[in-house]
Amino acid sequence: MDRFIFLTVDGLSRGAVFAAFALALVLIWRGARLVNFSQGAMAAATTYIAYSVTTASGSYWLGLASAVAAGLVIGALTERLVMRRVDPSRPLNAVIAALGIVLVIQAVLGILYGSAYRAMDVPFSRRPLSIGGQAVLSPYDLFVFVTVAIVMIALGLMFTRTGVGLKMRAAAFNPDMARLLGVDVGRMLTLSWALAGAVGGLAALLVVPTELGAHPHATDLVFVYAFTAAVVGGLDSPVGAVGGGLCVGLVLSYVSGYSGSDLSAVVILAVLTVVLLVRPAGLLSRPAARQV
Amino acid sequence: MLDRLARHRLARHLLIAVVAGAGLVALTYALPPFRNYQLATMAAYLCATAGLTVLVGLSGQLSLGHGALMATGAYACALTSAELGDAGVTAPLLLLGPLVAAIVAAAVVGGVVGLAGARLHGPYLAGLTLTLTIVVPAITTTFADQLGGDQGLSVLVEPAPAGLGIAFPLERWQAWIACTAALLTMLLLANLTGSRFGRELRAVRDDEVAARLAGIDVGRTKVVVFVVSAAAAGLGGGILAVLTQSVSPGAFSLAFSLFLLMAVVIGGTGSLAGAVWGALLLVALPELTALLSDNLATSPRLAERLDGNLSLLVFGLVLIVVTIVLPTGLQGLFSSAAGRLRRPSRPSPVDLTHQPTTDTEPTDAQHTSTP
Amino acid sequence: MHSTRQPLRRPLAAVSSLGLILALGACGGGGDSAASTPGVTADSILVGTHQPLTGPAAAGYSTISPATKAYFDYVNSKGGVHGRKITYKVEDDGYNPATTQTVVRELVLKDKVFAIVNGLGTPTHTGVLDFLKTNKVPDLFVASGSRSWNQPEKYPTTFGFQADYTTEAKVQATYIEQNLPDEKVCFLGQDDDFGQDTLRGLTQILGEDGVAERQTYVTSNTNVAPQIGKLKAAGCEVVALATVPGFTALAVGTAARLEFAPQWISTSVGADYSTVAGALGDAAPLLEGFLSTNYLPSQFDDANPWVSLFKQINTDFNDDAPFTGNTVYGMTVGYLFVQALQQNGKELTRDSLLETIEDGGLDGPGLTALRFSADDHSGYGGAQMAKVTGSSQDYFGPVYTTDDGDTPVTEYTGEPTVPPTDGIPAA
Repeated sequence: MDRFIFLTVDGLSRGAVFAAFALALVLIWRGARLVNFSQGAMAAATTYIAYSVTTASGSYWLGLASAVAAGLVIGALTERLVMRRVDPSRPLNAVIAALGIVLVIQAVLGILYGSAYRAMDVPFSRRPLSIGGQAVLSPYDLFVFVTVAIVMIALGLMFTRTGVGLKMRAAAFNPDMARLLGVDVGRMLTLSWALAGAVGGLAALLVVPTELGAHPHATDLVFVYAFTAAVVGGLDSPVGAVGGGLCVGLVLSYVSGYSGSDLSAVVILAVLTVVLLVRPAGLLSRPAARQV
Repeated sequence: MLDRLARHRLARHLLIAVVAGAGLVALTYALPPFRNYQLATMAAYLCATAGLTVLVGLSGQLSLGHGALMATGAYACALTSAELGDAGVTAPLLLLGPLVAAIVAAAVVGGVVGLAGARLHGPYLAGLTLTLTIVVPAITTTFADQLGGDQGLSVLVEPAPAGLGIAFPLERWQAWIACTAALLTMLLLANLTGSRFGRELRAVRDDEVAARLAGIDVGRTKVVVFVVSAAAAGLGGGILAVLTQSVSPGAFSLAFSLFLLMAVVIGGTGSLAGAVWGALLLVALPELTALLSDNLATSPRLAERLDGNLSLLVFGLVLIVVTIVLPTGLQGLFSSAAGRLRRPSRPSPVDLTHQPTTDTEPTDAQHTSTP
Repeated sequence: MHSTRQPLRRPLAAVSSLGLILALGACGGGGDSAASTPGVTADSILVGTHQPLTGPAAAGYSTISPATKAYFDYVNSKGGVHGRKITYKVEDDGYNPATTQTVVRELVLKDKVFAIVNGLGTPTHTGVLDFLKTNKVPDLFVASGSRSWNQPEKYPTTFGFQADYTTEAKVQATYIEQNLPDEKVCFLGQDDDFGQDTLRGLTQILGEDGVAERQTYVTSNTNVAPQIGKLKAAGCEVVALATVPGFTALAVGTAARLEFAPQWISTSVGADYSTVAGALGDAAPLLEGFLSTNYLPSQFDDANPWVSLFKQINTDFNDDAPFTGNTVYGMTVGYLFVQALQQNGKELTRDSLLETIEDGGLDGPGLTALRFSADDHSGYGGAQMAKVTGSSQDYFGPVYTTDDGDTPVTEYTGEPTVPPTDGIPAA
């Protein structure tokens, strides 16, 4: 039972990060109808920025703030400089351009920082607190849950309660109609990318310090798992992304905890296959358009 | 009438393949061993990029897992060659048997993925195939006793037949094997895309609903093209295993799958000729950029950082620029340049009515179908 | 109708223009020298290597080849070996076996290197063994502790360098047996031959029952909490590690947050203090008391003449890069190669160099002798225990020697070597 609780909390904590990262993918998918394959590399870059700022200033929080700010800037720049210029009638080209951005970012980081892992610190202890003699949750896990929850609530409020959020939804839902209604669709798209950059950067900053530290490739697997999470949940659904993220985190934790050898990737593939065979557009997709 | 045309097309393609083959044989005599090895590697990649370009360009299905399919072929090849070697089988069966096994194994895996893929759209299929790629190392570690874990397996390869002479370089023989496989793949795919099935593929890609109304079995078409594409990738993987005499999971990383896709796009999606350019690029670009970084590095520490990273940087920038400036890829550029050159001097109605890119390039209509 | 012709005509054009490109490239690379030994002229020797300079595996390894190169540059500045200057061509393979295949062929077939020196990595190097053997290329001092390099009959040109994983583990197990006899010993290792060979050495000394809980990890899953949790639950008191440096740090860090503090004992691969402490950052004090084995001089041992020599070379020829265990490692490789060349004499062929190495005259900075002979191609034959105290990692106790088979572990009786005065091995 001990072990089950431990694995569950550990899985949920990582799952929350995957969920936030998947949310970033959903943001761009809803706005631009494309999967941002450069999300991981963008987050690697913001992680390095947090590392540099924290090292220079000694403050974790300043590093966190600059990572989020840098995420906004990198996201917006990616959209303005590259994605906007890619022929929109060929979504595959957008995928390839994103992969190009991955290579460029990773190469630049490699040249600037070298290939050593840079250890990063966390602001709260990672030792689990005991409740009634049962080790449950560490302060850092709590920090992760709270941060991810704040991000989700803030995004939810923004999309339902603010003018900008409603405009973004309109631009994503029906660009032509939104344009007629006077919404600057291009600007809304840039905003989606900026937000996604910030959310992805924040998510990466929650997980990278608990692993090997900053590295040009530190977020590669985070991206893969988050992408899986987003696909499981349905790329159109923010709630699905969160559910998918938690689910992927738990599966990873249980499999590597309970099975002798590390089959986590195989199990992820199995989950994905089953989900997609039953619901080809993810668990929380709306019913597909009528087919002939 | 249609029958006769089809037969003519086959004959024509065969003739071209024979001429190309003869040219390649001559080429292998002109090249030093390392260039022959590169030519062979390129031919192995070409099997995979050609299959991938047909899948992505003609059927509109995006696969990020062709590296995993190549791995399937490579492992099948290695395991079969070990079995045959133990049984005392010698060339040519020791070469052909494993390659056939590579094709079959990859086709089976491709069939399974294709069955799932027939129901999925754009990013969902991409997600599934992406996961397929990251599963490869997990499987080889789990079945380390059979698949050799991280270290992989070695592949039993016999030297060039004695009939060719003792001084015949192994690399030339490898180039022959690989180029034969690549030519056969290209021949098959060229015939396939030019056939009725190719037209069905394009119809499905452009508008599934219309295709269904026209009596095309959409699901079957999608699965079949996935199997064909996977079989080509499997052959490429098998050839690669034969060339390198080894197979290991690290050779078929996620990055490799992505590079295959990039090669296809830079070459020109849907164009078999573009697949040739893509394969060439995969082989040549790392070497060219390494040359560049050798000339730029001034201090040892800078060299350590520039090495490798600079080539990634250049590759990335090329990718971005190509997708923005040349959405039809290199082959699109060459075709239109060739078209411009030809037109003023020899204004033939055929050239004018038939734009080089229209038959194999994806039309824009395809992409509006993504959800 | 014309459209049906298109698909192949263009590929053909592409193939033929490609042929032209390749042929042009070929002309540039031509001009074979008439010299009988590839890569060797009257005043130069060209050798090559493959190293992971980029990619996830580059962390911790990319500083080795610059150190080797620095040692060669030092030797070159003193006139070279038998009048020949050494050029060391380093190719990046990103720890990708497919790239290794290409770059090693480029080195051998195009650049015509004399030998491959210190090719790094088990999966990467395994793939090129057959190729190097077919082309009779000396394949010296492979950078990995796998036992694969010691197969003189199958791969006569390949030589190891490191004390293999099994040897190191046997030394550790001997220490555990003598000093921590009643403790519960467990194991955390990478799920490949590195982990398996290490476990093999441990169980050989401690017995199958001597290693209670065994956990493995894969590098693609950076969360080791489930494994560490299991070790804690099993009540392990000693945990033997077969981990790469990043995962050593992860294991130690994760254990600390689970309030699990066993005695760690690691092979040299994952124990370099500077690397692991760097990965732990502020948590580096967790390494206090961390035990490990190694077979080369400690970077912290300023009294060691080898270390002072290498530090000087590092300052003069390596841009004064941070001095780590990798620097010692890389320069040791350079020293051994120069020593082999010196002992070989002026008349240098591939065969003669292999014979020279098999004669067993190499020693270098290592704590024990190298085991090279006609029927043994494994590297250093023993190790010594080291312990982290403060921010230093120092040796203690006797140097042990053994092999990867069932030879018992015994104390090494040889004298420690000292570097020649000018830092260049005698002819």
